[in-house]
Amino acid sequence: MKSIIRHIKSFVLYELVKGLALTLRYFFKPKVTLNYPNEKGPLSPRFRGEHALRRYPNGEERCIACKLCEVVCPAQAITIEAEAKPDGSRRTTRYDIDMTKCIYCGLCEEACPVDAIVEGPNFEFATETRAELLYDKEKLLKNGDIWEQQISSNLKADRKYR
Amino acid sequence: MELTLIDILLGVLKIFSFVLPVLISVALLVYLERKVLGAVQLRRGPNVVGPFGILQSFADVIKLITKENLLPSNSNKFLFIFAPMLTLLLSLIAWAVIPISSKYVIADINIGILYLFAVSSFGVYGVIIAGWASNSKYPFLGALRSAAQMISYEVSIGFVIITVLLCVGSLNLTDIVESQKNVWFVLPLFPMFIVFIISCLAETNRLPFDLPEDEATLVAGFFTEYSSISFGLFFLAEYANMILMSSLTVILFLGGWYPPIDLFPFNAIPGLVWFSLKVFLILFVFLWVRATFPRYRYDQLMRLGWKIFLPLTLIWVVLTSAFLYYFEMLPQ
Repeated sequence: MKSIIRHIKSFVLYELVKGLALTLRYFFKPKVTLNYPNEKGPLSPRFRGEHALRRYPNGEERCIACKLCEVVCPAQAITIEAEAKPDGSRRTTRYDIDMTKCIYCGLCEEACPVDAIVEGPNFEFATETRAELLYDKEKLLKNGDIWEQQISSNLKADRKYR
Repeated sequence: MELTLIDILLGVLKIFSFVLPVLISVALLVYLERKVLGAVQLRRGPNVVGPFGILQSFADVIKLITKENLLPSNSNKFLFIFAPMLTLLLSLIAWAVIPISSKYVIADINIGILYLFAVSSFGVYGVIIAGWASNSKYPFLGALRSAAQMISYEVSIGFVIITVLLCVGSLNLTDIVESQKNVWFVLPLFPMFIVFIISCLAETNRLPFDLPEDEATLVAGFFTEYSSISFGLFFLAEYANMILMSSLTVILFLGGWYPPIDLFPFNAIPGLVWFSLKVFLILFVFLWVRATFPRYRYDQLMRLGWKIFLPLTLIWVVLTSAFLYYFEMLPQ
């Protein structure tokens, strides 16, 4: 009896029609794709994107050239040179990040005692040449100026978990 | 009858009035396929080039044309270049006998269906020549598979066509459509309709029967070695064949240019629109099937063709002729 039913089912293409019905249902379902350049997905405040060097509100650089980030960086992407300023503070003269080496692990921002180096929310910094990905201090400070608002609000949102 | 220059020019114009729409609908079909597959997989499909991405295939054509046409060093150069041309040619000349509306057909010959059958059987030569001339393993295996598959399924297609012809009594495609004025053959011959659609899938090397170009085992099958526009020609031919086979389905089973009901709002719409709508419907089924089913194994494909479709269609031919003879409904 069972085998008769099975034969009938296979002759009326029961399973095949069932499969077609399923795909037809999916055909009319709303699409999950984001229209990427026009639509973007949500980002966590902890998102680790492009690096930025921040300043204090009065415009002074936060970085104190402690070189903790340089030490902790597992990819050795950070190079720092420092000297003493006339007012006795330690300041960097050189702060380079090789973005082609960086693995975006976020250890540098974790190591930083003054929240100077942070990984911002920007992930669209593809370039046409390799040289453009060798960031120097000037570029990092500029990033900091551009993204400061979002970076500080992200830091604030994440404060109580740090 | 003397052929004048004007007759020839008119003929050429008439041919172009078929070939150009076919080529454009191929481009749109490729776009449609990507959209349908995308929608079934909850993606959007191409939507950047032109409005709703409708110009995507044209962009692809430009890309294909500007690429380098590679000739494998050990290939038979003449046959290698000749094969895609032959394939496309065969898929286009078949359109000569397709009546797209009650008046409009290039060649209204009285053996139209035989001509179509012959041309679609010829299609296998393009594939075999391509596989042979490439002088490479995968194309060769793909060509062998394609040949065996197309021959197997042509048998059942032949029998399905015979059942239809028994009901019509003419080999002329226009007559076949006109005999469906009252009832489309899809109703009395429903099982044959299904067999025909499935055989068409096999005949045009579409999923789930696309073994000749099975990516998983044969890289790209018979056109593995092809690049640039010669690849494009194969691609064009495959989709033109799909459209041809769905037009044939519409003519044999879905009443060609006739509206579903002969009432006012329906019969006011021109036959060409009905024809295109029906072809579109069948093409959608092709894409829908592609989006749904996994590929057959080769022995399963052969079993389906020889052990199931052949007896089934054969029995149906006998049944139909017995029925028509007994009730004296044989067409005069």
